[in-house]
Amino acid sequence: MFTEAIEAILVDHCTPAAIRAIENGGSAAALWGALAESGFLELMASEEAGGAGLDLDAVFPIFVAMGRHAVPVPAAQRIAARALLGDVAPPQGLLTLAGHAQRAADGSIGAAHVAFGAIADHVLANLDGQLVLLDAARAQRTTTGIRGSLGASLRWTADAVGAPVGDNGAQVAVFSAALHAAALAGAMERLFAMTLGYCNDRVQFGKAIGKFQSIQHQLSVMAEHVACAGVAAELAFKAGEKIPPLLATATAKARTSASVPLVASTAHALHGAIGVTEEFDLQLYSRRLHEWRMADGSETYWNRIVGEALLGSATPSVLQFTMEEIL
Amino acid sequence: MSQLLEAFRLAQLPDAAEAFRAEVRDFLATNLAPAAPAVRARTWMGFDAAFSRRLAQRGWVGITLPAAYGGAGLDAFRRFVLVEEMLAAGAPVAAHWIADRQSGPLINKFGTEVQKDFYLPRICRGEAFFCIGMSEPNAGSDLASVRTRAARVDGGWRLTGRKIWTTNAQRSHYMIALVRTSGAPEDRHGGLSQLIVDLSLPGIQVRPIVDLTGDAHFSEVTFDDVFLQDDALIGDEGSGWMQVNAELAFERSGPERLYSSVVLLDTWLQSLRKSGFTPADAVLLGGFTTQLATLRSLSIAVTTKLARGESPVVEAALVKDIGTEFEQAIPAAIEAAVAADPARGVEVDADLHRTIAYLSQISPTFSLRGGTREILRGMIARGLGLR
Ligand SMILES: Cc1cc2nc3c(=O)[nH]c(=O)nc-3n(C[C@H](O)[C@H](O)[C@H](O)COP(=O)(O)OP(=O)(O)OC[C@H]3O[C@@H](n4cnc5c(N)ncnc54)[C@H](O)[C@@H]3O)c2cc1C
Repeated sequence: MFTEAIEAILVDHCTPAAIRAIENGGSAAALWGALAESGFLELMASEEAGGAGLDLDAVFPIFVAMGRHAVPVPAAQRIAARALLGDVAPPQGLLTLAGHAQRAADGSIGAAHVAFGAIADHVLANLDGQLVLLDAARAQRTTTGIRGSLGASLRWTADAVGAPVGDNGAQVAVFSAALHAAALAGAMERLFAMTLGYCNDRVQFGKAIGKFQSIQHQLSVMAEHVACAGVAAELAFKAGEKIPPLLATATAKARTSASVPLVASTAHALHGAIGVTEEFDLQLYSRRLHEWRMADGSETYWNRIVGEALLGSATPSVLQFTMEEIL
Repeated sequence: MSQLLEAFRLAQLPDAAEAFRAEVRDFLATNLAPAAPAVRARTWMGFDAAFSRRLAQRGWVGITLPAAYGGAGLDAFRRFVLVEEMLAAGAPVAAHWIADRQSGPLINKFGTEVQKDFYLPRICRGEAFFCIGMSEPNAGSDLASVRTRAARVDGGWRLTGRKIWTTNAQRSHYMIALVRTSGAPEDRHGGLSQLIVDLSLPGIQVRPIVDLTGDAHFSEVTFDDVFLQDDALIGDEGSGWMQVNAELAFERSGPERLYSSVVLLDTWLQSLRKSGFTPADAVLLGGFTTQLATLRSLSIAVTTKLARGESPVVEAALVKDIGTEFEQAIPAAIEAAVAADPARGVEVDADLHRTIAYLSQISPTFSLRGGTREILRGMIARGLGLR
C-alpha cells in the first residue's frame, strides 16, 4: 500500500531529468517537498508524534524503492533518522546520516564521505557512540569531485557541536549501512530489468542479442547475484524492530556490495557503448552501485565484522552461527 | 522486475520445522559415530547402510512419503531441516539418499498401486537402495539422446545398452533407468520411458569407476539382453522425458546444493580459533558466513514454493548454480589462505589439509552432477523469457 503510493510519487517527481538536474547543482526543494508533504518521511515516527509507527519490515520496500529510482535526496536517511532520534523531533530540511564522525586533536569534528553531504542541511552523526545533530551549513564541505556525486566530507569547528541527543550513536552506522544495502538491491533490480529489456530489443546478426547463448548465460548469472542481493538486504529489516541488528546488517551490506562488480559490469557489457553515455539512463544506477558499495564500508569491512564475531563466539559451526546470530 | 526474481523474497522456516530440528540433533548426537573431517566432508557421497537403517528405524527415510507406505509424511520444510542438519554434520547419507530424495517420490507420483505397495515400504525401511540411470557414454548434457533400449517381448521387456556415472550402482538394489522404448535417438524426447531395473538380474554387469581421490562412488552399468517383467515400466510408456524432468526437480531443489563444503568451513574455523588468524582470514570467513546466510535464505524461498505444492524448477536451478559456486569457492579460497605464509604454522593440521585436498579435488563434480552450469543457466534464461 505504502509502496505503491511512494512509487507513484517517485515516478512523477523523481524522473531521470529531475535526478540529473539535482546532480548538476539544481535545487532539490521540489522533490524533497513532495516527499515531505506525502508524510513518507515520518513513516517510522511514533503515532503520537504524527508518524505511522512502522517497523523495519514494513518500510523495507520503501528503502528499496529509493534505490530503484536513484532518489537524489536523503529521504531514506531522513526516514531512518526518525527511528534513531526517538522522541527528539528532527529539524526541518534535508537531513542525512554520518556513521563514523571523529574528533580530531584540535577538537574539530570530521565526517568523511557523507552521503548527500554536499546538499544536506543537517547531519545526524555518530560521534564516539553519542548521537549528535550537526548543522551542515556550519561545516566546511569538501566534495570528492566525482561527477554527479552528492557525497562530501564535512568538518566542523569544536564550537559547532552541541549536546548529544542520544547515546545510540553506534546505531547510525548500522542503519546507514542497512539503507544502502536496500538501495543497492533496488538499483540492481532496475539495472537487471533494463538489461533484460535491452537484450530482447537490440538486434545484431539478424536476431535479438538475448537469443545468443553466451548472453543468456550472462543474464542468468546476473539474475543470481541480483536475487542474492535482494534477500540479503531484506535480512537487515527485521519484523518487530526499529533499528537493524548489527550482524544481519553486516550480512546485508556485505552481500549486496559483493554483487556490485558483477551486476554493474554485466549491465554495461550487455548494453555495449550506449550504456556508458550520459544520455542513457543506465549510468544513473550503475554509478550509484559503486558509490553505495563503498558507503558505510564495503564487503571487506562487514565480512570482517562477521568473521571476528564468529571467531570470538563459542558456536561450533558456521551454519549454527548463521541461524542464531544473523537469520 | 522479472517474475523469476520476485520469487526470491525472504521467508522463514515455520516454528514446527524449527522444533523438529532439536529431534534431528538428538538423533545425530546418539547415532552418528565421530569421524575425521575428511570423512565427514563426503556427506552425500558417504555410504553407510547401517546408518541409513538406523535413520529408517527412526522413521526418517522416505521423509516426504505417505505414512500409509511407511513414510514419515513430513512437509518440505521438515525435509529441509533434516537434510540441512545431516549435511552440516557430515552424516553418511548416500545409501538411502537417492531413494529418499527422488526415486521414492517418483514412484509415489507415477507408480501403480502394486508398485507403490512393493517399493515404498522397502525404501522407508532402508532395505531398498536406488540409483539413477540417466547418463550414458554419449548422452550427458544431451540426455534426450540416450540409446539404451528396451524392446517389448512377451510378458515384459528386453533391455540392452549402457549407463555410466551411476552413483552407487554397485551398492544399490534398483535403478530407475531412462531408456528408449520406441523410435530412434533422432526422435529426441519422444519414445523414452522409465523402467525400474532390479540390479540382481542376469545380464547386468556393474563396474565401479575410481575417481581422482581414490573413491569409487559411481559405476558403469551394462545391460546385455536383460529380461524385465511387464511391471518394470514406471508411469506411461513414452512419458519418460516428462517424468525425468519431474524427477530432476526433486533432485535440484533441496538444500544439498549449498552444503558440500561446510565441514571444511567448520574445520577451518576451529583451526583459526586454535592457531590464530589474520584480518584477511576473518574477512574470508565472514564472507563465507554472509554468503551462506544469503544462499540459505534463497533455498528456503524455494522450499516455501515446494511446500505450497508448486514445482519451482527454474528457481531451484538458479539456487543450485550459485550454490555450487559457493561450494567450490570454499576449498579454493581456504587452500590459498592456509598457505598464505609458508613460515606460519609449523605444526601441520593433517585433518585440515586432508579435508582441503579432498574438496579441492572433488569440487569440480559439484557443478556437474545434477546438470552442468551451462544447462542450468539455459534453464534460468528460459525462465527469464529469453528462450
Ligand atoms: C559425481 C557425479 C555423480 C553423478 N551421478 C550420476 C548418476 O547417479 N546418474 C546419472 O545418470 N548421471 C550421473 N552423473 C552424470 C552427470 O549427470 C553428467 O556428468 C552431466 O549431466 C554432464 O554430462 P557429461 O559429463 O557427459 O558432460 P557433457 O555433457 O559432455 O558436457 C561437457 C561440457 O560441455 C558443456 N556443454 C554441453 N552441452 C552444452 C550446450 N548445449 N551448451 C553449452 N555447453 C554445453 C557442459 O556444460 C560441460 O561443461 C554424475 C556425475 C558426477 C560428476
